Amino acid sequence: MSDDLIKTIFGRLTLESFPIHEPILVGTFIMVAIGGAAVLGALTYFKLWGYLWKEWFTSVDHKKIGIMYIVLALVMFLRGFADALMMRAQQAVAFNGSDGFLPAHHYDQVFTAHGVIMIFFVAMPFVTGLMNYVVPLQIGARDVSFPFLNNFSFWMTVSGAVTVMMSLFVGEFARTGWLAMAPLSGLDYSPDVGVDYYIWALQIAGVGTLLSGVNLLATIIKMRAPGMSLMQMPIFTWSALVTNVLIVAAFPVLTAVLAMLSLDRYVGTNFFTNTGGGNPMMYVNMIWIWGHPEVYILILPAFGVFSEVVSTFSGKRLFGYTSMVYALIVICILSYLVWLHHFFTMGSGASVNSFFGITTMIISIPTGAKIFNWLFTMYRGRIRFELPMMWAVAFMLTFVVGGMTGVMLAVPPADFQFHNSLFLIAHFHNVIIGGVLFGMFAGVNYWWPKAFGFKLDKFWGTISFWCWVVGFWVAFTPLYVLGLMGVTRRLRAFEDPSLQIWFVIAAIGALIIAAGIGAMLMQFYVSIRDREKLRDFTGDPWNGRTLEWATSSPPPAYNFAFSPVVHDLDAWHDMKSKKAERPTTGFRAIHMPKNTGAGVILAGLSTVFGVAMIWYIWWLAALAFVALIATAIGHTFNYDRDFHIPAEDVVNSEDARTRALQQAGV
Amino acid sequence: MSADTHGHGHDSAHGHGHHDAHDHHGGAAHGSRREYWIGFLLSVLLTAPAFGLVMTGVISDPRVTAGIVMALAMVQIVVHMIYFLHMNTKSENGWTMLALIFTAIIVLIVIAGSLWVMYHMNLNMMPGMGGEMSSGGM
Amino acid sequence: MSTTTQTAPGTEAPSYYDLDEHEHPPGASTMLGFWLYLMSDCLIFAMLFAAYGVYGGSYAGGPGPKELFELPLVAVNTTALLLSSITYGFAMINADEQNKAATLRWLAITGVFGAAFLSIELYEFSNLIHEGAGPWRSAFLSSFFTLVGTHGLHVTFGIIWLVTLMVQVARRGLEPANLRRLQCLSLFWHFLDVIWIGVFTFVYLLGVLR
Repeated sequence: MSDDLIKTIFGRLTLESFPIHEPILVGTFIMVAIGGAAVLGALTYFKLWGYLWKEWFTSVDHKKIGIMYIVLALVMFLRGFADALMMRAQQAVAFNGSDGFLPAHHYDQVFTAHGVIMIFFVAMPFVTGLMNYVVPLQIGARDVSFPFLNNFSFWMTVSGAVTVMMSLFVGEFARTGWLAMAPLSGLDYSPDVGVDYYIWALQIAGVGTLLSGVNLLATIIKMRAPGMSLMQMPIFTWSALVTNVLIVAAFPVLTAVLAMLSLDRYVGTNFFTNTGGGNPMMYVNMIWIWGHPEVYILILPAFGVFSEVVSTFSGKRLFGYTSMVYALIVICILSYLVWLHHFFTMGSGASVNSFFGITTMIISIPTGAKIFNWLFTMYRGRIRFELPMMWAVAFMLTFVVGGMTGVMLAVPPADFQFHNSLFLIAHFHNVIIGGVLFGMFAGVNYWWPKAFGFKLDKFWGTISFWCWVVGFWVAFTPLYVLGLMGVTRRLRAFEDPSLQIWFVIAAIGALIIAAGIGAMLMQFYVSIRDREKLRDFTGDPWNGRTLEWATSSPPPAYNFAFSPVVHDLDAWHDMKSKKAERPTTGFRAIHMPKNTGAGVILAGLSTVFGVAMIWYIWWLAALAFVALIATAIGHTFNYDRDFHIPAEDVVNSEDARTRALQQAGV
Repeated sequence: MSADTHGHGHDSAHGHGHHDAHDHHGGAAHGSRREYWIGFLLSVLLTAPAFGLVMTGVISDPRVTAGIVMALAMVQIVVHMIYFLHMNTKSENGWTMLALIFTAIIVLIVIAGSLWVMYHMNLNMMPGMGGEMSSGGM
Repeated sequence: MSTTTQTAPGTEAPSYYDLDEHEHPPGASTMLGFWLYLMSDCLIFAMLFAAYGVYGGSYAGGPGPKELFELPLVAVNTTALLLSSITYGFAMINADEQNKAATLRWLAITGVFGAAFLSIELYEFSNLIHEGAGPWRSAFLSSFFTLVGTHGLHVTFGIIWLVTLMVQVARRGLEPANLRRLQCLSLFWHFLDVIWIGVFTFVYLLGVLR
């Protein structure tokens, strides 16, 4: 075959694109191949493909989609954490002339992938999954406003994750850090596929996230149960509302910036180049206009979880509900006025820096108000230290420290010292792990019984908890110390031997966290194994206050046989205290949306398109694009998207619930 | 926001089967022929002068021309919102308007903010532009 | 448990279950959802406008607006788009009146105006590129082509959508689902005209005035 023909068919994909000379990658590939083959083999052997396709992959049920999002998040978390272990190991040993075991070329990809995966493919799906599962139940709805779009959004996120994972074995990933700053990410300095993998993974996943934002926002506005006014919504739903406003308002910015970067790379435009009138600083400016609201997108749902958990496990209504709502709204607006604090040192000068420094300090206030409200909720409550509550307390102690270091960073002259040092790294891990991750863990422990019908094992959960809390502090306190001493981020080797002890302590911390992760996986395994012992028969294992606890565990596909009518905040608590009687007859057929494979197909075609663009396989990109449009248009010709669950089915599942409740003596 | 929370609030996104012939209110996109003609005429009246002023250059000061042209654009956007997009405070119980106002605020912030930030960045950081760390800073 | 829950207008016991619920009409959230999407689209354009604002004077020694923009052509373009807005409006009125044939006619005319807009724009772009003023020439031209081109891409998708809807209306008539879709396209189409106001003002008119 002639060279030209090969280039036309395969673009810039060649045999050299496969990293067979890198032992770490080869080893990883072998493990993934074996593990993957085992999983695929088991699925085939147990004839589960049909079940998976019909019940899960094509499902438009928000509950199933929520669970799938969280499964994705947990799987990607293992990859992202592996990157973390590699970094800790490298930094712990690369002293006294040793270069460590990761060459620069590889190390740079590791820290980039770590950030990209953790933010886009762990935290975002985790948060989205939780909101997807819980919000419709909390507002007494049967599903989200746009169930098909929900399924599509999920698969677009998977597409992004698959694209990033693919970069491990075919070609390479970006070496630019998780935000791919220009001009390093431009064609001059990163001509290879890495940044293109980054761009397409994020653009495709970004579409999913944006549509998910529109979906949940419309759902909360339009699908609330009768009587549920805005100020009677559960606080988690409020935080979801504000989060999705942020998503709808922030992700277009990311789309635009990445589009401009890709135009620079594909067409030769001059947005962020050093020549032709371009200005790399504009990239930094725009990416952080997205980036700052993004971190609030991550933390606000966690705040929502904590509000529910603290209230439930203190046996009290949340203190200061109204101020909590206003705090959320204020944070929403202010998050658009602080973005420059991420680049105080880039040179905008004192007046600009002062403005943004002040706004940054102001934005800490509503969060502080929330902390006080949680404490006041606990005060004089009857506190039960179930796992979710333990995570909440750990959050309060951990996150607050991270927030305070944030205020330190908010002071521009101080930031000139801290910027891009390990102090910064310690700060954001402090708030992301202490805030977002602990919040997600609390949420999982809290809502797991609702989703699966049995509680999580408390013993292994407690071990996981302590390993995480201790491990976090052991891993990141040294980074604060190193940062204050002036050590820069993303370094691969060091010359000052006195720093090594801190990196070794940090590595030990990472290993403790690893134990925590192992214990969590053990917790899942043991809970599933012992699920009959942990069974939740009533649907309300924690004596909850909001409507999701009014359903069985797990809820039926239709959630509520009859829409609940809401009269007060904490609607379920209200119903219990007023002894509202659950109807046991009169059930009717229920209108539900049909499953569809269109989302999987569209996302699959998007993946093909993205990969083709990355590798410059233009014919494939064009084909995939046309197929995408054709499929999308074809899908719109399908008007038959609903069905009715027959009344007898509803009767059967509601009767089962009646029996379960009678058995439980409720 | 009002307490109308149940999905099919009849004064908003109603099924299009039941509406009166000429009395459209609350719905997102019902207009009358008259409204479209008014909107069209106003748009023409706001576009033609803008082009005319720039193309003929009758006003000597370009900044004044620019100001007038921008003002005409702002007004025309409002005209489009009212007559073509049927923007009102009742649509979707006011959520449409709220979303629009919020978006407008964010648009303002990101454009004005970017221009302000980049102006200062360029002043301080682009080679040969002077103004770096001069007395009194910015 | 016995079924003693009652819907209770006028009695003291408040009801906690809606035993007589009306189903959510299909598509109850569609208009709001589409509006929210449109707001997000607004923000993409906002970033492109911001980029144009920052780069609008960065000619890199190359040609600027005065050399490149042909305002008469832009005026024709603008007229085409504005006319397409009103013709779409007429399509909507006829759709409300359940007049399928007239709806399809006005939609077709809208599509023609949209296609005219696009043709003129493509003509303009290809001229610029032939004159050596392609998007790679300078940051000014990069941001110009991207902003105006993104708008043009949206119009293109709008026309594809319009044609698809014409087929669907022709086949299935002006049923509720199709009416909702026409409403959404209506919002999209008018919104594109609003963006165009921004484009012809801030890019073309103000560019020539610089």
